[in-house]
Amino acid sequence: MSGRTPPVRRGGSRARALGLALLAALLAPLLLTLGAPASAAAPAASVATSCLPQPEQQGCIAGTLGSRSSPVGGADLTLLDPAGAEVETITTGEDGRFAFTITEPGQYTVELDRESLPDGIELRGQESLSVQVNLGGTAPALFDVRAEGFDGGQTSRTDRIIQGVANGLTLGLLLALASLGLSLIYGTTGLSNFAHAEQVTLGGVVAYGLVNVGGLNLWLGIVLTVLICGATGYLQDRGLWQPLRRRGLGLTQMVIVTIGLSLAAQYAFQYFLGGSNVPVVVRDFGVTVIGPVTVKNQSWIAMGISIVMIALVGYVLTRTRIGQATRAVSDNPALAAASGIDVDRIIRLVWTASAALAGLAGVFYALAVSNGIRWDTGLQILLLLFAAVTLGGLGTAFGAFVGSIIIGLIVELASPLGAPGDLKYAVALVILILLLLVRPQGLLGRAGRVG
Amino acid sequence: MDTIIGILNQMLSEAISPTTAGLAIAVIGLNIHFGFTGLLNFGQAGFMLLGAYGFAIVIRDNGSMWLGILAGLAAALVFALILGAPTLKLRGDYLAIVTISAAEIIRFTGRLSALDDFTGGALGIRSANYRGPFTDLSPFSQNPQERFSLLPFNYTDVAGGAMWVRVAGLLVVVLLIVAAVLVARRGRPAREDESAPVTTPLSVRLQVIGLSLLAVLVLFFVLPVTLSQTGADGWWLRLVGWTLVALSTLVVLLLVRSPWGRLLRGVREDEDAMRSLGKNVFAIKMQALVIGGLFGALGGMLFVLPSTVQPDSLGRQTTFLVFTALLLGGAATIFGPVLGAVLFFSARIGIREIGDSYIPESIMSSQQSNTFSFMVVGIALMLLVIFRPQGILGDKRELRINV
Repeated sequence: MSGRTPPVRRGGSRARALGLALLAALLAPLLLTLGAPASAAAPAASVATSCLPQPEQQGCIAGTLGSRSSPVGGADLTLLDPAGAEVETITTGEDGRFAFTITEPGQYTVELDRESLPDGIELRGQESLSVQVNLGGTAPALFDVRAEGFDGGQTSRTDRIIQGVANGLTLGLLLALASLGLSLIYGTTGLSNFAHAEQVTLGGVVAYGLVNVGGLNLWLGIVLTVLICGATGYLQDRGLWQPLRRRGLGLTQMVIVTIGLSLAAQYAFQYFLGGSNVPVVVRDFGVTVIGPVTVKNQSWIAMGISIVMIALVGYVLTRTRIGQATRAVSDNPALAAASGIDVDRIIRLVWTASAALAGLAGVFYALAVSNGIRWDTGLQILLLLFAAVTLGGLGTAFGAFVGSIIIGLIVELASPLGAPGDLKYAVALVILILLLLVRPQGLLGRAGRVG
Repeated sequence: MDTIIGILNQMLSEAISPTTAGLAIAVIGLNIHFGFTGLLNFGQAGFMLLGAYGFAIVIRDNGSMWLGILAGLAAALVFALILGAPTLKLRGDYLAIVTISAAEIIRFTGRLSALDDFTGGALGIRSANYRGPFTDLSPFSQNPQERFSLLPFNYTDVAGGAMWVRVAGLLVVVLLIVAAVLVARRGRPAREDESAPVTTPLSVRLQVIGLSLLAVLVLFFVLPVTLSQTGADGWWLRLVGWTLVALSTLVVLLLVRSPWGRLLRGVREDEDAMRSLGKNVFAIKMQALVIGGLFGALGGMLFVLPSTVQPDSLGRQTTFLVFTALLLGGAATIFGPVLGAVLFFSARIGIREIGDSYIPESIMSSQQSNTFSFMVVGIALMLLVIFRPQGILGDKRELRINV
């Protein structure tokens, strides 16, 4: 099994130094942008404007000034035609909306009159926007306006960092639930399961079906979800992975099979859910405020149950015969089999438990982190899971836990510490790559495992 | 019957579209990584995106087209060096995880609203901003009204374009393809000695190529594709695109037939043996990563020429589609990547259109049939790897890749 191939190429420290230098060169612009002020996503153009596009007849340029919760009304906008001549000037309504109707396609320019903005509102981005409009279509014109002193106005940076730590711990614990399984599967079979994040999505989707659509009690729903997800893990190993192992399919090929499975699963979710974010329960659980930290009540429950489950897995792995057998299979399957351990049974147990844990993580992720589940929720966290597992050391369960907490904290602390909001996932991945440069076996891995 | 012809026509347009050509070049690059060297690169879309950004940004900011191409290639080169340095000494999984992460970092960075002026943020850069120098090179008419079909005559010139002409034409295409396959099978020498290299005689190859070309010509006779000459999505772009595909295939052919190509296969089959022969495995892998990445960048430039440099259109999904196309055509073969890309991307359109036309809206909406086509892609990828890992053209013995 290639997981056990002889380790180690030493030397090549020059190449590594070269790599570091190059990496620094590449990251420099990235880090520079991290210092730039965080700008929230511009508000999406609203559909219901006073302009209706008609094919071959008219097109629209529309948008909303300000955010939906705090729109900016009374600002003047001027439309210039492709030749640069002024066409018309309109004022945004109370809801911040505006719409121009045009009858000739082309490259129009929309100008926002800075002076007309209400007091306390400032323009962040450009004053004029160039917009390409076609007949029968609506082109968005997005201006970046918001209250002056938006950054750090209401909450101090320290408070936001403390809040980030709380959010990071929630995310980290949920990642840990999912990544434990990923790590166990890797440990016992050597397989990097790219479809593991879809097991997380599956948890959320099943819970949505049972609780939101089916009207089941939430707790009962969670228990059933975990059972169903566990069953998918069992069936997957029985119907797919065990036969493939018996056929002697290489690990690389199996990794590609997991990618195919993940693609098929993602689009199956999309097929049934569409593109929207569906909530597991439509209910507000309220929040608990402790000093500067506001934590949703469902997050407390999610964190509590995650800790209990992680402790349980840790206990089983270290203190019971089954756990001992699992670790034996991780160390050396052939030797484990020779000493009377039923390797296939252990691996099937690992698959079942991993899928169940991932399902649980999915339910809580939908409840506590993302306010619902989407077909691509798993896609978003897959790399975080891999980063967590690799950071802690591939194949070590405890390492997966430590790595997950670190990744959770990094992701949630990236924004308060100055990274633009859309980069928070990327920061975790940059740290993963940097760590691989200096310590490829991960924080807790043994050097000998990396070959 | 009209629906079927319509679907076939759409599949054919997709098969020869410049995006397919761009993806085909990316598949050729991935073939060097995965097929010949056994490197598990899950970031090919990142290479494509870097190439596209370099190309588009330089031209938009008034650089020349050649400078743009150089910038795109240089970006991919640096990217490959950075990815390779820490991971090529480790087991293959690490390269997989790092390449997929790094490609995502590129995508996230490109999407940053702080970089709007540079990369165009999530909306990207429209091709009108960088297409100019390329279309100016066109020897064809720049007038979008002047359109032409590939062949000077088509089915409408025979018997007034009756349906039986088209059906008969399609049958001829099928027969020609069957004949090509039969000739190829017959011509392959019997494999008495398992270790002997399988070489097909030249005459057989010429016959197969001739039959395939004839099939393509008849296909265009039955399903004429009419496009503008230069425009955003015209014949000029297709001509350049497929010429580049042909050139890339030729380059790969020469590379893998060279001693260097044998080094690549050696690394794939047994690294330790290569090392004991005194070869620098790290350097060989790095060279493969760089060269495959350059092809990826070139493919990316072609991919964005008709539309937009949009970071999300070159995300992880694209990498996986490229992988599927490679495995379908046959990894570690010369023509496999091109055949795989053409068949795969047109087949996906075919599945989507069949779902759209024949399954009632109440069961499957057109949005859902698009989703469904991707589901089929995922399942096809699994089945391919399990039941026919060598793809259409591959040799099973070539594919014991285990990284």
